[in-house]
Amino acid sequence: MIDLALAVGQTQTPEAVMFWILAPLTVAAAFGMLLVKKAVHSAILMASVMINLAFFYIAQDALFLGIVQIVVYTGAVMMLFLFILMLVGVDSSDSLTETITGLRPIAITAAVGFGGLMVSLLGRATLGRPAIGLESANANGNVKGLAQLLFSTYVWPFEVVSALLITAALGAMVLAHHQRIQTRPTQRELSTQRFRGISLANAAGLPAPGVFARHNAVDVPALLPDGSPAANSVNATLEARGDMLATGVFELGKIDTSAGEEK
Amino acid sequence: MDAANYLYLSVLLFTIGAVGVVVRRNAIVVFMCIELMLNAANLAFVTFSRINGDLNGQVVAFFTMVVAACEVVVGLAIIVTIYRSRRSASVDDASLLKR
Repeated sequence: MIDLALAVGQTQTPEAVMFWILAPLTVAAAFGMLLVKKAVHSAILMASVMINLAFFYIAQDALFLGIVQIVVYTGAVMMLFLFILMLVGVDSSDSLTETITGLRPIAITAAVGFGGLMVSLLGRATLGRPAIGLESANANGNVKGLAQLLFSTYVWPFEVVSALLITAALGAMVLAHHQRIQTRPTQRELSTQRFRGISLANAAGLPAPGVFARHNAVDVPALLPDGSPAANSVNATLEARGDMLATGVFELGKIDTSAGEEK
Repeated sequence: MDAANYLYLSVLLFTIGAVGVVVRRNAIVVFMCIELMLNAANLAFVTFSRINGDLNGQVVAFFTMVVAACEVVVGLAIIVTIYRSRRSASVDDASLLKR
């Protein structure tokens, strides 16, 4: 057994040290989730909150739940979040202006009220007896104890939950299934479209990004013969995200040659 | 240190999550805040399980995790579907019933 903790009620020093280091970090990360603009940053802060919670579980003799927390939450659920973010989210940064007037002050007041109520409630509540701790319940190991409960008292909920999981998986598949309304254009049709279309400008394909001999990264638009940048040479995703570099410095006539002349 | 400190932490996390659900408008961030609230509840369950010397609380927390996983799967599928039809993951944009 992991011996991080526990003469319950008054916990021992190592656990207290861990708690007072990790708890502020957890709260800070949770606050950060509210305040950061980009959804990806929120996701990373969320993952750190979940890892910290796993530490708390393990410190509280819930070894199995701690491991499951890491595997299921930080492993599977957060990956799913990031996956969806990548699918959905090039422009998924929130504007933090409020659309409903007065929503934010009301929300914060309500939260302070709720939090204060709960905290004062917890402060006044007493158990009426000393806390017990899980030594006897975990005598055969945490996993064994949980398994005994799961497969005796909780067999029926366990089965129902498995049905729920299957239903959820099927539901997600049905929801995410994309039905094609039109047939996929064949290569022949695409070719016809390219050469018989309105303009022949892109007949030879779109220009590649980068400025020859100056800067050939994918986020720099190519320069057309007249020196103007070709916006369609850069991936639309980069453009939507605002990551396309300005080409001003690379344009003809604006190249700084003074450094060479001085020598 | 008292074991009840975990309960205070749980209350704090739950409150932060609740504010996030109301204030943020990106559907994915709202979803993450819901996850935060579920996790805070789990922390309370685990702490009470320890205070009472009884594993039932941990079993309930385990079930909560499973249900949360289901919820994430279905919820994210809905977000993807909404995004496909309206090119936006903002909860303000999905206001068909208003008009």
